[in-house]
Amino acid sequence: MTLETLIDIKGVRHAYRTASGPLPVLDGLELSVPEGGFVAVVGPSGCGKSTLTRLIAGLLIPEEGEVRVHGTRITAPRSNVGMAFQNPVLLEWRTILQNVLLPLEIVPTKLSKAQGEERARKLLALVGLEGFENKRPSELSGGMKQRASLCRALIHAPEVLILDEPFGALDAFTREDLWQIMHRVKAEEPFTGVLITHDLRESIFLADQVVVLSGRPARTQYVLDIPGTGLRTLDHLYTPEAANMLNILRHQIEVAQGRVPAGDAA
Amino acid sequence: MTARQVYVPVAALLIFLAAWEALVWVMGWPTFKMAAPSDLPPAYAKYWELFLVMGWQTLWRTVAGLLLAVVFGTALGMVMGFSRTMRDALYPLLVGFNAVPKATVVPIVALMFVGWHDFNTVLIAFMISFFPIAVSVSIGLSTLEPEYRDILRSLGASQSTIFWKIALPKTLPEFFGALKVSVTLAFIGTNLMEIVSPHGRGLGALFDSGKTNSDYPLMFAVLIVLALLGIFLYYIVVALEKTFAGWADRSNV
Repeated sequence: MTLETLIDIKGVRHAYRTASGPLPVLDGLELSVPEGGFVAVVGPSGCGKSTLTRLIAGLLIPEEGEVRVHGTRITAPRSNVGMAFQNPVLLEWRTILQNVLLPLEIVPTKLSKAQGEERARKLLALVGLEGFENKRPSELSGGMKQRASLCRALIHAPEVLILDEPFGALDAFTREDLWQIMHRVKAEEPFTGVLITHDLRESIFLADQVVVLSGRPARTQYVLDIPGTGLRTLDHLYTPEAANMLNILRHQIEVAQGRVPAGDAA
Repeated sequence: MTARQVYVPVAALLIFLAAWEALVWVMGWPTFKMAAPSDLPPAYAKYWELFLVMGWQTLWRTVAGLLLAVVFGTALGMVMGFSRTMRDALYPLLVGFNAVPKATVVPIVALMFVGWHDFNTVLIAFMISFFPIAVSVSIGLSTLEPEYRDILRSLGASQSTIFWKIALPKTLPEFFGALKVSVTLAFIGTNLMEIVSPHGRGLGALFDSGKTNSDYPLMFAVLIVLALLGIFLYYIVVALEKTFAGWADRSNV
């Protein structure tokens, strides 16, 4: 890669302490994301994908190995991360606009109150939520809540955007809508992204690299580069190339699940 | 407030009073068995000064006990909500304490702090009403989804920022739900002290004197005033809830 590496994860091992002894979740995780890159992480259920997001956010320090962002080893949460989860976790006592502004109340910012608000309105318009600024979260549909949650994750212009299955609970059509919105957002508000997902189509549509994790304890099992960057349309998913990539990934997931031995995909 | 919100409860109240009057009249009960609503106005006319003075004594001591319960219950709930160890340690104690009938505690407290009438009464009102508050605050805090915490923690927010920005407001609906229960409990506490260990203060003492003098309408008149005071405090809590946790009410959405 010619671009500078922004996120660099090397040899990470981690185990959770449980009543019945240590439960290893990560064992030899390697991940490298260039600045401006968008990496999707797929793998079997419960393989430690969410643990990975907590490592990058600095919410969890690995027992072994290191996580570096911009070359600096992560030892505590830093304010240059934006997160969005499957659960949009919007605060019901705030309007949508106030929800989006929340991170600016915590991270040091050069923006004045008015500038912050202007930026929030711009982001909301970008994801198609213009006119909903003063609504309460409960007045919005699931897809709209996710869009607001995305704006909140981006308001402080974070270096790293962490998306932990943000579209997992949405219906198929809403999900495809949001995929396209993500491309629009990335074009306007460049970020370096890590997307955790269960959806292989989502991974090849959004990311420029897909990393397959093995079953628990997870290590990096396979890395697939997705050719062609920039805006994609849904047609992209219905090409022979896309079908081929999906086949490769499906095979790798089956290997990760232990259902078939490693080998070449069809 | 629409006219409907006024006349529906008023009509319900009138129907209730009429049914009560009719029941006593049909059964032919004497006042020592059950006084009718029509027996009450004379009692109020005769003792209105006592009702004012003693009603105020009951009211302020109940509110004082309730305020203590709010402060202590919230603090205890926070300790149990944030620390698993403290939750495991304190729950059995708390449940045990709550299971002890407060009527049995009244004579103990009255002996312990003999002569401190106001203090004793406030103490019992407090002891009986802090439990729901502590439990609701602790549940509200301990059931906060981890994502809420992570959103702020990943930005480098401190624990106290997380508490003020998210945990506290998110717990307010549960808190007010508990406070509505505690209001009525605090009244029970105050009156327990005033009736079981009477010292000439509060509506409980007035009730007790009605009993000693076989003035049955007076006893019923006290009960009605207690009910009215209870309703009054309850609606103050409802108004506070609307102001501070109105967002949780989705009936208008």
